[in-house]
Amino acid sequence: MANTISIWERLGFRKASGVGEAGWGHTLFAAIISLIYFLPVLIIILTSFKLQTEALAVPPKLLPTTLFGLIPEQYVFSPTLENFTSVFSRAYVAGGAAESTGFDRFFFNSIFIASTSVLLALVIGTLAAYGFSRYPLKGNDTYLFIILTTRMLPAIVVIIPVILMFRISGLAGSYLGIIFLYTAFNLPFTIWMMKSFFDELSPDVEDAARLDGSSDAKVFFKICLPQVLAGLAATFVFGLILTWNEFLFALLLTGVDTRTVPVAMNQAVAGGGIGVLWGLLAAIETLFLIPVFLVTFFLQNHLLRGVTFGTVKR
Amino acid sequence: MTSVALSPPAPDFKTIAPDNWKLAIVVGLVVSVLATLILPANAAFWVVGAMAAMVAASFVVNAYRRHYYGGLLVSPAIAVLFVMNIFPLVWSLGLSFFAYQSNQQNIRFVGLRNYQQLLTNDLKAPELWANLTNTAMFVVLTVAAQMIVGFLLAVLFAKQFPLRKYLLILVLTPMMLSVVAVGVFFSYYYDPTFGLISQVIKAWGGEQFILMSNKTGAVAGIVFADAWMWSPFVMLLVLAGLVSVPKYLYEAAAIDRVSGWRRFWTITFPYIRGLLMLALLFRTIEAFKMADLVILLTKGGNDTMTISYHVIRIANEQNKTSEGAALSYLLLFVVIVLTNLYLYIANRRSQGA
Repeated sequence: MANTISIWERLGFRKASGVGEAGWGHTLFAAIISLIYFLPVLIIILTSFKLQTEALAVPPKLLPTTLFGLIPEQYVFSPTLENFTSVFSRAYVAGGAAESTGFDRFFFNSIFIASTSVLLALVIGTLAAYGFSRYPLKGNDTYLFIILTTRMLPAIVVIIPVILMFRISGLAGSYLGIIFLYTAFNLPFTIWMMKSFFDELSPDVEDAARLDGSSDAKVFFKICLPQVLAGLAATFVFGLILTWNEFLFALLLTGVDTRTVPVAMNQAVAGGGIGVLWGLLAAIETLFLIPVFLVTFFLQNHLLRGVTFGTVKR
Repeated sequence: MTSVALSPPAPDFKTIAPDNWKLAIVVGLVVSVLATLILPANAAFWVVGAMAAMVAASFVVNAYRRHYYGGLLVSPAIAVLFVMNIFPLVWSLGLSFFAYQSNQQNIRFVGLRNYQQLLTNDLKAPELWANLTNTAMFVVLTVAAQMIVGFLLAVLFAKQFPLRKYLLILVLTPMMLSVVAVGVFFSYYYDPTFGLISQVIKAWGGEQFILMSNKTGAVAGIVFADAWMWSPFVMLLVLAGLVSVPKYLYEAAAIDRVSGWRRFWTITFPYIRGLLMLALLFRTIEAFKMADLVILLTKGGNDTMTISYHVIRIANEQNKTSEGAALSYLLLFVVIVLTNLYLYIANRRSQGA
């Protein structure tokens, strides 16, 4: 895009003429900053290929290669895939037979619970957002604020009665309970965000379609929904990131069968009394990062557009 | 809506009809209260749930008969939020008036005594007061750090440049990590013997680096980890604002020879102000809830207990359910007052501008 305006112009430090796309110089600068910012994640990923002794080595073993002799041998470790296999099955006592750790189940739980609840919130929330946007109620803003407030409340306020409610009703440790809880957890955000997208649409097209005899349902599905696909994608990504890593509710409300990866990860770290198995933890986190990383990467452009929250009014 | 004229008249309050939502609410409330008082708790839960479903159904039928699609579309969301958020909140408000421990059966009505005790005895106790001031300190420090770092990162990425997409995802990654992994790995980085920071400092001829030995270091460690993890969130919001400023405004400003500083305040800032405020609000609320990183990094040692961690302790580990609920409600009150104050100020600012 040749006519893009640079950030210095946006911030007003340079004249807004004759400056096109920033060049490789800016890329280099941004790359250095990004890599420094990414460094702690990179170390986690590298640690997943190390043995326990290498993870705790002094001086540290930093890289898997010598980079053609640039790095002295003492800082180099030989990468192993042992951690990744022992995520799923390992011997709990030294020399014992390898047992299944159940992590395949926990990964399935995380994917199933997060995607189901985020999609459910997306369906219910999009309908509600369309309702709020197109058929304003009396005191619409008040309802919206109350809905938002439920998300603003500290989890600690809700968690005691939710624990009690789940214990009493028998929902504790079931998929149904945690999925519904996460749906409610995602709803306010979904409604708010989707409403801002519906508000941005021009009503003229819808009115024209109605005059031509389209039903309300047809207007919604054929005209409105295709225009807010970007918003749906962005809301999905935000909800997924928040639900994927939710720890407190999952810790207190999931059972053995429905345990999610963050809880199991915490137990893998805490259990055993032999200290943290760094390589193993890093391998779990690396595997756990991949799905949400890929989803975010492929929906990235929508994400940027999605967070404007309707403040962009022309 | 023209359809209003065609809709049937609303049923009389006393008529039993599937769309008489006013009657449904009254009946639902009375039955729920009676059920909670008479029936055992597990039966009462399902009765209350059934009543909520009945009220929701009456809303749906009513909305459908009156061609009132707004209500029809909104009601499923309201029903889910009611069962999972509002109902537990009312329940915990009720619990805060009882003496109840979740590992025991007996429950006793004590009125306002939980609150009275909190406000007279506990609030004077140095620990609780320290928890509150620690929370305030964490809120100020983490939110300030996230806003600054997030803003600077957004400025860096607002320009189009080669490989932007790939570098941006690197910066977004910390937000996607599990807080357990972040907490445990930052304790690994901070470790005095094999931690990387300590080893780098030693390699350059420094002393062994012990971060977590005093309060300043422990707080700095927690704030750093939290700011690193959540600055990308602020960045995304600010970046969206920066990208959305229409270009013709700058072109017009260039023609009028508006000074750079003024251009920022009159053109750019109005577009990002709303998002900055939103980021500030969201992060403040999140910071107020902070417990997990503290649990993972210091376990509340070195005087880093937060109020949220304190509530988790009394409610979950010590099973003092009703005391936890009472404390939660005092906190909720504080959060609502602060949020409203904040929104009030933000609204007045935007109207004044």
